[in-house]
Amino acid sequence: MGGSGDGLLNVLLAGGDPATESGYDDHPPRMGFFTDTSICIGCKACEVACKEWNHVPEDGLNWTGWSHDNTQGLGADTWRHVAFIEQRSPVGEHQSNFQRDADSFRWLMSSDVCKHCTHAACLDVCPTGAIFRTEFGTVVVQADVCNGCGYCVPACPYGVLDKREDDGRIFKCTLCYDRLEVGQEPACAKACPTDSIQFGELDELRARAAGRVEQLHEAGVVEARLYGHDPEDGVGGDGAFFLLLDEPEVYGLPPDPVVTTRDLPAMWKRVGIAAGAMLAGAVVSFVGAGRE
Amino acid sequence: MSDAQVTREGLENVRPGREARIWSASNGGRRGEGPVDHPRSSYYGNSIINPPVWEELDIAGYLFLGGLAGASSILAAGGDLTRRPTLARRSRLCASAAIAGSLTALIHDLGRPARFINMMRVVKPTSPMSIGTWILAAYSPLNFATSASDLTGIARPVGRAAGLGAAALGPAVASYTAALIANTAVPAWHGAHREMPFLFAGSAASAGAGFGLLAAPLAENAPAQRMAMAGAVAELAAEQLMERRLGMVAESMRTGTAGKRLKAAKALTALGAVGAATLGRRNRVGAALSGAALVAGSAVTRFGIFAAGMASATDPKYTVEPQRARLDATR
Repeated sequence: MGGSGDGLLNVLLAGGDPATESGYDDHPPRMGFFTDTSICIGCKACEVACKEWNHVPEDGLNWTGWSHDNTQGLGADTWRHVAFIEQRSPVGEHQSNFQRDADSFRWLMSSDVCKHCTHAACLDVCPTGAIFRTEFGTVVVQADVCNGCGYCVPACPYGVLDKREDDGRIFKCTLCYDRLEVGQEPACAKACPTDSIQFGELDELRARAAGRVEQLHEAGVVEARLYGHDPEDGVGGDGAFFLLLDEPEVYGLPPDPVVTTRDLPAMWKRVGIAAGAMLAGAVVSFVGAGRE
Repeated sequence: MSDAQVTREGLENVRPGREARIWSASNGGRRGEGPVDHPRSSYYGNSIINPPVWEELDIAGYLFLGGLAGASSILAAGGDLTRRPTLARRSRLCASAAIAGSLTALIHDLGRPARFINMMRVVKPTSPMSIGTWILAAYSPLNFATSASDLTGIARPVGRAAGLGAAALGPAVASYTAALIANTAVPAWHGAHREMPFLFAGSAASAGAGFGLLAAPLAENAPAQRMAMAGAVAELAAEQLMERRLGMVAESMRTGTAGKRLKAAKALTALGAVGAATLGRRNRVGAALSGAALVAGSAVTRFGIFAAGMASATDPKYTVEPQRARLDATR
């Protein structure tokens, strides 16, 4: 596994292909997801397929009252999460997910997933090397190495990873690494009946997504926008990106995520200065101290 | 995930801020009213990042104990070099006890404690936890060696050398934890990454020197008194700067549990510093009480910072608002 020991400079300065930067000389193209939420029907087939394929345990048989959401957010036992948002909002003829009456409102539905960031904070902070970069450019937690330190959990700017309490280890979406290795698409994409979840080479997906936004804008859906597609953003672009119909925070996504390790060199520098100041202060405390 | 359950008496175990919003209940279920408008600033008030899964007693406790240990090692070595034997011995033992407690807490907090050894698989500068592991791996044995030698009288020159090694690593042990918590997406911790190292180094110095005032006789406590005052001033000043820097996120440090703790911590630290300055070299009881206040102040500071981080991670506004402001500024 070439990716477990990414050097600081590697992670912070490079902006190209993550698999290449992680030390893979010869590797397949970077694979990812484009989740087009404008055609999500909220069927949760992705959640179910993911659970079935990956043996993800039950994540709570809850009634949240958050529209039709019962899984609430990504976590150790929820690797795909379908968000449901009900908005009182004027809707146009072009939209399929609307109900037209005196108080017309719209449903926003979106299947969230691990973003498989170009600059992945979880991978950077993992102290055991359990989290590694695959040859497909995706980010995977090795369950046989993870010791449940939990550092990746608050490091993730999207709130993807979490601890499985009765197990002690951390789990998240693997982008079906086992399926990718034998040329199969991930279970969620395979199960999605509307192709809201599209799997493929990231470059191709980005081009397809740009075309889709243009198409929607021409059709009058001016609120359509891409999220996580930009390699210049704070995480170097997501391997799994989205087409949204409202601001990211409405879907529970951070509007401008930044990989925390971007600031780590500055932190180490200040830790060094503080430690030096502490030692110097102690020396001065002794040197100048009088005796009884 | 939520443990919420529907019972005959209503909802149980509902997590705060995540209560079900059932529009039909709030408007009497009249048709045509439509659902309550979904808030535009979050997804049902749910947190954006997943809050840390660290146990407060383990990790906030470690932040304190690690600082106490690091500073005590410095005092012990200083006491050794300047022939202050009581200060040296007691600080040395304090450092060993504190670092033993730290290691216990850190391993206890792992989801798989038996796998703590996996920390030694890699050395990763991008992970302060990895670097911290290696710092502790060098620091702890030196500490235990110097204490064991002191207590048993075996190999004293080696023990003293080990004590000097522990003192050299002490500042690193005391301050790397700032990078440990700041290198996350937790708004209150990451946002304070510039000030946190100074806050932690100051807090550690104040705790270690506070213990020195508590444990050493008046004849030997002059260095502890000076270090206590410097540490307390650094801690209070860094905290002031940090809260100013954090902007709206500073609210997580001023309200709730974190607010109460940090207020109490400031009072204890200020009281301890004034006590150390006035009574530290005159009155044994006064010196001990001042030292105890400083040790307590440092501990409560760490638990306050921990609570602020948790509060800022749980409420989505601390994640969304600064990011939104950043975006709006660049647009």
